[in-house]
Amino acid sequence: MHRSTDRSKLFNRRAFVLGGGKLVLLSALAGRMYYLQVVEAPRYKTMAEENRISIRLLPPPRGKIIDRFGEEMAVNEQNYRVIITAEDTNGKPKETLDTLGQVIEISEKEKKKILKEIKRKRSFVPVTVRENLTWEEVAQIEVNTPDLPGSEIDVGQTRHYPKGNYSAHVLGYVAAVTERDAKDDPLLELPGFRIGKSGIEKLHDLKLRGTGGTSQVEVNALGRVIQEVERQEGEPGAEIMLTLDAGLQQMVAERLGEEAAAAVVMDIHTGEVLSMASSPTFNPNAFNRGLSHKEWQDLITNPRGPLTNKTIAGQYAPGSTFKMVVALAALEKGVITPSQKVFCSGHMELGNARFHCWKRGGHGHMNMVEAHMHSCDIYFYEIAKRTGINRIHDMAKRLGIGDRTGLDLPGERTGLMPSRDWKLATIGAPWQGGETLITGIGQGYVLATPLQLAVMTSRLVSGKKVVPHLTRKITTADGVEVPVRPDFESLGISNHHLKIVQEGMNAVTNVVGGTAYRSRIKEAGFAMAGKTGTAQVRRISKAERDTRVLKNSELPWELRDHALFVGFAPYDNPRYAASVVVEHGGSGSRAAAPIVRDILLEAQRRESARGEPVVPTKPAPTTEKEA
Amino acid sequence: MITHYRLGQDKLTIGRKILELNWGFVLLLIITASVGFAMLYSAAPGDPSIPGSVGSWDPWAKRQLIRFGGGLVIMFVVALTDIRIWLRYSYILYFIALGLLVGVEVKGSIGMGAQRWISLGFFQLQPSELMKITIILALARYFHGRSLEEIQSIPYLFVPLFMVAAPSVLILRQPDLGTTLMLILGSGVIFFLAGVRLWKFALVGVSALAAIPVAWQFLHTYQKKRVLTFLNPENDPLGAGYHIMQSKIAFGSGGMMGKGFGQGSQSHLNFLPEKQTDFIFTMLAEEHGLVGGLAVIGLYLLLLIYGYAIAMRSRSQYGRLVALGVTTTFFLYIFINIGMVMGLLPVVGVPLPLISYGGTVMISILFSFGLLLSVSIHRDMTIGRKGEHDDF
Repeated sequence: MHRSTDRSKLFNRRAFVLGGGKLVLLSALAGRMYYLQVVEAPRYKTMAEENRISIRLLPPPRGKIIDRFGEEMAVNEQNYRVIITAEDTNGKPKETLDTLGQVIEISEKEKKKILKEIKRKRSFVPVTVRENLTWEEVAQIEVNTPDLPGSEIDVGQTRHYPKGNYSAHVLGYVAAVTERDAKDDPLLELPGFRIGKSGIEKLHDLKLRGTGGTSQVEVNALGRVIQEVERQEGEPGAEIMLTLDAGLQQMVAERLGEEAAAAVVMDIHTGEVLSMASSPTFNPNAFNRGLSHKEWQDLITNPRGPLTNKTIAGQYAPGSTFKMVVALAALEKGVITPSQKVFCSGHMELGNARFHCWKRGGHGHMNMVEAHMHSCDIYFYEIAKRTGINRIHDMAKRLGIGDRTGLDLPGERTGLMPSRDWKLATIGAPWQGGETLITGIGQGYVLATPLQLAVMTSRLVSGKKVVPHLTRKITTADGVEVPVRPDFESLGISNHHLKIVQEGMNAVTNVVGGTAYRSRIKEAGFAMAGKTGTAQVRRISKAERDTRVLKNSELPWELRDHALFVGFAPYDNPRYAASVVVEHGGSGSRAAAPIVRDILLEAQRRESARGEPVVPTKPAPTTEKEA
Repeated sequence: MITHYRLGQDKLTIGRKILELNWGFVLLLIITASVGFAMLYSAAPGDPSIPGSVGSWDPWAKRQLIRFGGGLVIMFVVALTDIRIWLRYSYILYFIALGLLVGVEVKGSIGMGAQRWISLGFFQLQPSELMKITIILALARYFHGRSLEEIQSIPYLFVPLFMVAAPSVLILRQPDLGTTLMLILGSGVIFFLAGVRLWKFALVGVSALAAIPVAWQFLHTYQKKRVLTFLNPENDPLGAGYHIMQSKIAFGSGGMMGKGFGQGSQSHLNFLPEKQTDFIFTMLAEEHGLVGGLAVIGLYLLLLIYGYAIAMRSRSQYGRLVALGVTTTFFLYIFINIGMVMGLLPVVGVPLPLISYGGTVMISILFSFGLLLSVSIHRDMTIGRKGEHDDF
């Protein structure tokens, strides 16, 4: 008992101390409350009711994209939108919205969505009813303002491509940020913020975007802005100057028309891409606005592939435009001299197989220049056989076929240059001799993009490892940044051999009987050299060959041959290289050569005069037919 | 030994026990909880279709009312259970709670970035809450069975120290700094009341101070930030100091009489974070001013006084220690929460007992009050070392 009493006495003493301590602490809380709610009350009251500081992010203007002469290709436009602020609608946001629906068209579905958003947000937060209002709609709303309490016209910025359709594939487009995009920049959280989704807009997105500024505003307890306290301007996005010539681009795009086609024009010496067009095209402004389901379906189901940039992502058998590669490989190996002749009887045999020339009766005796001029298949079968696939492969790679060119644009594909090793590795079968022959005329496995064909042409004219590019200069607030481009190294191909091939290309356009003689440039000093190509997309059966090979016009569109042409000009002092592929266009001489002629003529004229784009001439009717 | 006293007898009838229940205390509990219902009603957004409508039973007030009802039932059951049974099962309950803590460590579902829950399917059990109660029972039983001389000699302190250290480390790892501190402070009070010599507390206090730089290294970044923010909230008004600044503004703008029921602009415009849980006292002070805040503190003070009265009247050391342990834990909730929302203490995430929205804490508080009432009912019972009816 005694022990227990001691314990309880000690307990009581200490409990008393403890209780006292707690009382002191509770008093401290009461004292603190008194301090906050009575002594400091005036200060905090002001802070609560008037002077709340809120920080708002200011989106920087997106950088412009301009062409090589400074013409605007992508800019920001004022975007008028109508907003509703619930607390200013006299408690009837639905009424305002209904009245607004009589002024501009708003569907019931939209109305429901907007009302839901109004309900979800705080009453002083404006909700966007409609963006991209026309001037007429703005005027209509302004006139009816008295009947539209709580509605307001608000001005924002939106991306605009003045001649968007012409360069949609190069410039790309901007669209709203999606879940999948990285969210490292607070700007991306802004409602309505747009980022580059393809093309140059995507490649240079970070530079074009700029950095956001901040605005510190005083907000009252209800969150309404009273005044701006401090403003820190962001940095506007950089201006990107491209190598493109917007005028030439427009001419090229219009010249391609509605064909499924691609065209590239580049500077042989600098690698600058002056024009790069893919058709059919699309309107990049529509992506910014947001596509309807139908519009989107139309775009993706169109068999002519408007969304694909065919210049870098379209892969085609180069057909006869590949013959220069074979000729150079043969000359470099020394299996033929320029003057040595090969006899063309219209066909040749290899093992049990028979290989045909596009000309049924044959061309007779052909030297190298003549073989280019007439695009004689037998000649190239023969020299391809003598050269062998590996040498052809190496030469093709040197000239840029089968590898990405390294153009500064996302989405480039590699094309394909086959070799023995490649076939064994991917197909698992050994290389056949006959495959060397058909590779010799640019058929079979070999695939090239139109850009690669333009690069190939530039390289075999300059003898240098030309690499194409699109970005000319980037201007930021801090200064101008010009991408460093080293001088192109030599390909190490004999100048003499290059000359022979160029002479062959000259004969194609400028000698009577050449496959593209009809599409020659007659203007003095502007002469073009080139090479036609017609790539078969179907197999011609023996039965068909025995009777009569069907004309392209007799076939459905998707079975017709691809038409190709590569060219450069002026012949005497080469400056521009161009390539055109017209999908299922028929023959290269008929469908592609006239386009290249117009393009190269225009490019040279613009250079000499910087004049207005000429109206494209109608292609001259040609009668040649090649295979 | 007073054996003739009725309540000192081995058996009390259920009817007798119900009569002996401290009904004044129960009434106070109901009043305090009702303040909570009112605040939760006010915190909820009103019906937007009715202009000027304030508050709603959904989503908080109604559910809180149901939980309180359930909690009261649990409290009564606990209260009517013989105190000796609680003593006998003290250690077992403690080890169950410890096992569950290890359980959440091993496989717990993630809640708010911290592993604190065990899902029992229908109910999310928070073992750290359970531990707050069972540590009181276990320590009370341990010290109940020791003489003063034993308590004052060092070797007898190892076992209870370990009993505190093991769960503290586990809860700290979750990581839950607030609960760890409450556990250590609550246990420290029992050591103190049991008669451990004062110089030992001084020693522990000094070494704890010395350990602060080391412990700092083990804190999570967000915990460090909270402590730093607490030391200087104006430094970062849009970042971590936001909560405290907003809370202080709410207090200050409430003034002497408050803005009126449902009229707290700070709370209702969502400047105030978690207004229905940790920051409910801020909302109360904003809407009902200094007067309302002090009234609630007064209610709490009365509850605490009841706790002390029950402890003083208990004849067993076990009952005394349990009663004051429970009362002290209750006090710690109140003090830490109110101190935190007024910027006196770092924001550690401790709710305001009986008022903040939340089921687990409500049940845990009412369970512990059940123990307090059990002590009260069985106040004249003398209990042996192991729970037998004997003072031995």
